[in-house]
Amino acid sequence: MNEILTKAPQGHIEVRNFSLSYESIEGPVQAVTDTQIHVKPGEFVSIVGPSGCGKSTLLNAVAGFLKPTTGIVTVDGERVNGPSAERGMVFQQYSLFPWKTVRENVEFGLKMRGMPRSQRERAARTLLGLAGLEAFEKHYPDKLSGGMKQRVGIVRALATGPKVLLLDEPFGALDAQTRVIMQQILTNMWQRLKISVLFVTHDIDEAIFLSDRVYCMTARPGSIKAEIPIPLERPRQQAMMMSSEFLALRRGLMSLIREESLKAMGGEISDMGMQGLNIELHGHSLADVI
Amino acid sequence: MPAATAIAEAGPVPAPSPPATPPSFGTLALRWYRLNRAGLRATAIGVISLLAFLLVWHLLTTYRVVFFVRFTNVPSPLAVYASFTKAIHDPKFLLHILLSCRRILFGFSLAAVVGVPLGLIMGRFKLVHEIIFPVAEVLRPIPAIAWVPMAIMLWPTNEQSIVFITFLGAFFPILVNTLHGMSLVDPVLVRAAQCLGARERSIFRQVYFPASLPHIFTGLTVGMGVAWVSLIAAEMISGQYGIGYFTWEAYSLVQYADIALGMIAIGVLGLGSSLLIRGAGQLVMPWRLK
Ligand SMILES: Nc1ncnc2c1ncn2[C@@H]1O[C@H](COP(=O)(O)OP(=O)(O)O)[C@@H](O)[C@H]1O
Ligand SMILES: [Mg+2]
Repeated sequence: MNEILTKAPQGHIEVRNFSLSYESIEGPVQAVTDTQIHVKPGEFVSIVGPSGCGKSTLLNAVAGFLKPTTGIVTVDGERVNGPSAERGMVFQQYSLFPWKTVRENVEFGLKMRGMPRSQRERAARTLLGLAGLEAFEKHYPDKLSGGMKQRVGIVRALATGPKVLLLDEPFGALDAQTRVIMQQILTNMWQRLKISVLFVTHDIDEAIFLSDRVYCMTARPGSIKAEIPIPLERPRQQAMMMSSEFLALRRGLMSLIREESLKAMGGEISDMGMQGLNIELHGHSLADVI
Repeated sequence: MPAATAIAEAGPVPAPSPPATPPSFGTLALRWYRLNRAGLRATAIGVISLLAFLLVWHLLTTYRVVFFVRFTNVPSPLAVYASFTKAIHDPKFLLHILLSCRRILFGFSLAAVVGVPLGLIMGRFKLVHEIIFPVAEVLRPIPAIAWVPMAIMLWPTNEQSIVFITFLGAFFPILVNTLHGMSLVDPVLVRAAQCLGARERSIFRQVYFPASLPHIFTGLTVGMGVAWVSLIAAEMISGQYGIGYFTWEAYSLVQYADIALGMIAIGVLGLGSSLLIRGAGQLVMPWRLK
């Protein structure tokens, strides 16, 4: 257990000349194009962008679920080709095994590694304690709230001591209060474990509050539009979200995203026009009204 | 408890609270009644409805009603009860029941032992599915009873052909439901397991199998029902023993009360075996207990 907590920082993620297209009946769909990102050991990096811009695609390629069409993904210099316990992942959909108790879920990765039962029980208890979940170790996931499920999901992903943690909009389905608490818990665990984190979100506040650096993606086909360092001091408090520094960062990111969201929606609006949708508004055309 | 603290803090002079006494038996009984009211109601109505059924049966048979259907020769409940008290002391009747149970046990167990693994493997390996599925689809709509002549040709003994018919009845529902369960396994759970270091074998055992269990048990329940249907039909046609044969023989020997006795015995055995499967399901899937 202590070996997990005090491991030397590792987990350097490199994504170079990356592009990925899906096959579809109308031909290849370019989801992500010409993308370079990196995460330094121990760094917390977020990716924000309008929905459908390819954030999940990029993250799934880092996890090893998708093969890049061009380019390369490496972690500590080693090429990623397939999922592995070195890269823990937390999904937006709750992904706990319903047939395992909270503790059995957390133990799963250790069991796969062949750790003896008593040892992995101890490790799981310690980690659950860190996340304030020790009272629920014998519960089945069914009985937990959404926030607790995601907390267990994070603990489970961290239990094997991965080099990097990948999160795909993990708090997207949670209410605002729970979200804030979860962000705090994630920050705490990240600081204790000194692990590299790549975090996907569409929530700008969340990205700024959590990250050392934020990548902003363009509308589909996604690529990196901007890279914004977040020089806010740590530990960060909720009150910081009212500071002028925070608000300035937020304004900057907001306008970047807005531009891209409009582009993404512009596509849809012109699509509607092509389907012959013609709205008459008291003699004005739709363009005049907008 | 928090409420009590709040009151204590609010009140200027905390009144000494009386020592808590354990609730009396009467209070407990009342609470139990309140919590289980719906269940008690259902039980009460169920008992009344069964008694009403017996009463109607009694009236129809004692007055030998003829109104489209003829109750002239139908035995009354009392006659059936009399023949029941005689039968339970008759070793031959018990042997009929025992042999039917043995055929179900062999036929159904065989169907489960073949059907479940085959469904799991077909669900996981496309090629196996592509090879076996067409054959299964062609054989599936053939009712087990239609197999009787073929079964007699195929198997050297009567006993074996009856077990074979029972097997066929149970086999297809088990196979189809297992396949259905496999097709519904949430891919996110598979990905989660892969990220935790699970390899093919573990994913199969730890994810696909438990995820399909609810549908496997649906298949077992349906399969058990069809197994009884097939068994009784086979016993009536080609048996020398068994509760189906007993019922048919009663008709040939003009033992009308024994016809109803045989029918009721079949119903009770069918109900008992499906309860056994439900119990096994609850044992194997504790996470589904409400
Ligand atoms: N399996 C797939 N086949 C075809 N297109 C897909 C597939 N998965 C995603 N896409 C498309 O790729 C784009 C990027 O998807 P995704 O990475 O999920 O976006 P995000 O996570 O940013 O919302 C979307 O426009 C989506 O429609
Ligand atoms: Mg996504």
